[in-house]
Amino acid sequence: MEKKRIITRRKAIITGLTSLGGLLLAGCSKPLPPTYGNILRMGDNLTYVAHRALLPGQSLAKEYAYRDISSFPATGTTNPADSSKPAFNETYARFHKNAFADWALPIEGSVARPGSYSLADLQKFPSRTHITRHTCEEGWTAIAQWTGVPLSTILQSVGISPNARFVNFYAYDGYIDSIDLLDAFHPQTMLAYGMNGRNLPVPHGAPVRLRVETQIGYKSMKYLERIVVTDDFIDMGDSGWAWYTGI
Amino acid sequence: MTHQPFDSEHAPHKRWVKSSHWIITVSFFALVFTGVEMIMVHPRFYWGEVGNDLTPVLFELPVSRNYQHGGWEKSVPFSEVAGGPVSAARTYDIFNQNGWGRSLHFLAGWFLLIPGLIYFFAGIFTGHFRKHLWPKEFSLRLFWQDIINHVRMQIPSATNGPHYGLLQKCSYVFVIFFLMPLIVMTGMTMSPAITAAYPFLLKIFLGAQSARTIHFLASISLVLFLVVHLVMIIKSGFKKQIQAMTIGK
Repeated sequence: MEKKRIITRRKAIITGLTSLGGLLLAGCSKPLPPTYGNILRMGDNLTYVAHRALLPGQSLAKEYAYRDISSFPATGTTNPADSSKPAFNETYARFHKNAFADWALPIEGSVARPGSYSLADLQKFPSRTHITRHTCEEGWTAIAQWTGVPLSTILQSVGISPNARFVNFYAYDGYIDSIDLLDAFHPQTMLAYGMNGRNLPVPHGAPVRLRVETQIGYKSMKYLERIVVTDDFIDMGDSGWAWYTGI
Repeated sequence: MTHQPFDSEHAPHKRWVKSSHWIITVSFFALVFTGVEMIMVHPRFYWGEVGNDLTPVLFELPVSRNYQHGGWEKSVPFSEVAGGPVSAARTYDIFNQNGWGRSLHFLAGWFLLIPGLIYFFAGIFTGHFRKHLWPKEFSLRLFWQDIINHVRMQIPSATNGPHYGLLQKCSYVFVIFFLMPLIVMTGMTMSPAITAAYPFLLKIFLGAQSARTIHFLASISLVLFLVVHLVMIIKSGFKKQIQAMTIGK
């Protein structure tokens, strides 16, 4: 009797497809930064999706020899401790006065063991040193040696949750930005505290800056204040600049 | 309507040729416009991997207020070694519209790359390149003769399709098989993510800044090509040419 069959083939297919669609939707909750209806942001997302689909994710950016280290302009904010500048930050100025001895970097959000890391704490982790090319969106490039702790080491240390997708960075000069986990776990992505064999100078982001070697320079934020791991893309509003800048 | 064989003397432009031609035309204008904007932000060009305001310049263009702005604090050396690398903080508020400039450039880049690739493969597999663009009849004497004719402005009048002169074929082949691939590849050589995946790009173009300089020179060549292309279209019959490349059958 046809009517008494509980699951017909057609029903099975429809149910299967529907649940698959549901899974896809859940897996894709806010998978991309918002476009704000802006065609330029749609183009940025196309580039991001194409890079993630077509490029091998963890290949290393070219590393150079010590003799290749070049002169390096300091642009954007060059000193948040300077009270005459709009990027002045009183807290930063206090840390700066104290040679960053009491500075610490909180790492929170979707993590099992949120914590705060002083400069000494960060320097206790196994360090990484590499010589890479900084590519500024303005069109110039410079080569420098960076020393720091791989971001992946810190993220493993705090134990990010299985739902985590983005790492957000807050800086003392007011900048806020984020990267996806593929870039966050890239072997060259680091929290840098040294530049060219010395402590990171103030114009280049002391005491600790981010280095993302697979993206344009402005993703490598200076003057880090706080790191927050999130499951969803945190919408900071359209800054007028591309979020993904692998190109 | 009677069927016309593909390689007949009167074959019109194929639809895919027309579509890709006009999409690429629009994207080319957007790319040039935003390219000029980006040059205005940093009107200095270099050779090799490195180039910035604190390193030697190959050439620079006086095209914006950023040209030789000189707004830098005193240089600070990274080490005690005399003549070693230095740093300096910028005090000058530069012209910078790269927020939309870069994004529009890359968006337009997609509209060049995808129709360009479709055109490229269609051109190979339909025999379009072999039948209409490859200068089979090439000889130095004929080539020279065609240059003389063009200099004297003796331009053959327009046909309704891809029936080209020798110099015309050579310039199309140069643009399609050399300048366009060159400008796309040098563009990609400026991308940190793409060069991480494909480091050979940095090798063949001798560095990120060399690639930027070659990208600029290739764009100048393409703009010059466009100017000559337009002059030839006007000289050979503007209305007929536009009709043949749009609604003409």
